[in-house]
Amino acid sequence: MNTLYIVLAVAVVFVLWLVGVFNLLVRSRNRVKESWSDIDVQLKRRYDLIPNLIETVKGYAEHERATLDAVIQARSKAMGAQTVGEHAQAENMLSGALKSLFALSENYPQLRAVESFTKLQDELSDTENKIQAARRFYNTNVLELNTKIEQFPTNLIASSFGFKKEEFFQTAEGEREPVKVSF
Amino acid sequence: MANLYSHKDSNIRKTWLLMTMFFVMVILLGWLFSSVWQSPEILYFAVGLSFVMNFFAYWYSDKVALAMSGAKPASRSSHLELFRIIENLSITAGLPVPRIYVIPGQQINAFATGRNPKHAAVAVTEGALAKLNKNELEGVMAHELSHIGNRDILISSVVVVLSGLIAILADWFLRMSFFGGRDNDNRGGAILLVVGLAAAILVPIAATMVRLAVSRKREFLADASGALLTRYPEGLASALEKIGREDTPLRHAHNATAHMYISNPFKGKESQNWFTRLFLTHPPVQDRIKILRNMNI
Repeated sequence: MNTLYIVLAVAVVFVLWLVGVFNLLVRSRNRVKESWSDIDVQLKRRYDLIPNLIETVKGYAEHERATLDAVIQARSKAMGAQTVGEHAQAENMLSGALKSLFALSENYPQLRAVESFTKLQDELSDTENKIQAARRFYNTNVLELNTKIEQFPTNLIASSFGFKKEEFFQTAEGEREPVKVSF
Repeated sequence: MANLYSHKDSNIRKTWLLMTMFFVMVILLGWLFSSVWQSPEILYFAVGLSFVMNFFAYWYSDKVALAMSGAKPASRSSHLELFRIIENLSITAGLPVPRIYVIPGQQINAFATGRNPKHAAVAVTEGALAKLNKNELEGVMAHELSHIGNRDILISSVVVVLSGLIAILADWFLRMSFFGGRDNDNRGGAILLVVGLAAAILVPIAATMVRLAVSRKREFLADASGALLTRYPEGLASALEKIGREDTPLRHAHNATAHMYISNPFKGKESQNWFTRLFLTHPPVQDRIKILRNMNI
C-alpha cells in the first residue's frame, strides 16, 4: 500500500515537471514568433518608403538607372523571402543597395536640397536602426529558446514534442567590421 | 546572456516575497496591538487598510507621480530624437513604447512610472535633454526602460505604501498607549505592552531600511539591464558623472517620489559612512559608475 502511494507521488511530481517544462518551451517559442513579427513590421515600413524614394530620385538623377534598378530588385527579392536566412541575406543586400543610392545622391546637390528627399533619407535611416533593434530582440529570444532545447534534461522533452531550434537573424559580414574612413 | 525576461521573472518572485514580508509585519503588528488592547477589530482593520491602500497606489501610481513632478507630455515633432531613442530601445527590450513626458527644470534627471508596461510613462528633465549627448541620453533612457521591463515600478509602489502603513500603525499604537485606554494591570498585559512599544518603535525603522535597501538593489539591477540594452555601459556611466557634478536640486522633488528618479533629486551631501548609507534611496553615484565601467558585455 505504502509503495503504491510513493509510486503515485513520484508519478504526479514527474507529470507536473513535464507540464512545466513543456509550457516553458511553448512560451519561449511564442516569444521568438512575436519578436519576429516586430522585425516584420519594420521591414514592411522600409518596403513602403522605397517606392517614394525611387520616384524622388528619378526626377533628379535619371541616368543613374543601374543603382535605382539594384534597389528595386533588392526590394522585390526581400519581399519574396521566406525563411529567416533568406530574409537576412535579402535585407542585407537591400541595405547595401540603399547605401550606394544615398552615396550617389551626394553628387546631386539639387536632389539633396529637396525636402522630401532628406525626409525620406532620415526616415529610412531611422527604420534601419529599428530593424537592428528588433533584430537584437529577436536574436536574444532565439538564443534563449535554443539554449533550452539543447540543455539536459529539457532536450529530451523538446525533441519528443518536436520543438526545433530557430535561426538567428544574421547581419552582413561588412556590418561587423569597423567602417574604414579614407580621405 | 540573461535577457530582460529573466530579470522580470526574478523580480516578480521578489515582489511576492517582499509583499509577504510586509503583510506579515503588518499582521504581526496588528495582532500584537489587538492583543494588548484586547480588540481583534484592529487586526481586521489593519489588513483591510493595507489591501485598499496597496490597490490604490498600484492603480494610480503613474498619474500621481507625473502630476507631482509637473511633467508635461512631449510631442513627437518637437522631441524627435528623444522619441526615436525610446522607440528603438523599446523594440530591443520587447516593450510597448511608453508615454513620454518632459519635466521643466535644469537638473539632469529622469524617472519611469506606471503599473505595467502597457500603462508605463517615462519623464525626462529639460536639463537632461540639453546637457546630455545622444549616447548618454540613450544610457539614461535604457535605465528607465529597464525599470519598466523589470516591473520595478510595481515593486516600489507596493513597498512605499506598505512601509507607510506600518509607520501609521506604529504611530497609532504609541499615541493610544500614552493616552491610556483599557486597563492592563495584570503582569502578562504589562509585558505585552512593553513588547508592543518596542515593536512600534523598531518595526517602522526596519521597514524603512528594507524599503531603501530594495530601492538601491533595483537601481543597480536597472543599470545592469540598461547596459544590456544599449551594449554601451559607458553612455550611462558618463551621464552619471555629469549628474554627479551638478548641484541644482529639482524644483518639484518630493520625498515620496525621490526613489523613482535615476539619481537622488535633492542633491544632498552624500556621506559615505555605513550608517547614512542605510538610509539612502540611491546607491552612491561613484559606486554605480565603478560597476558600469567594470561591466563586460
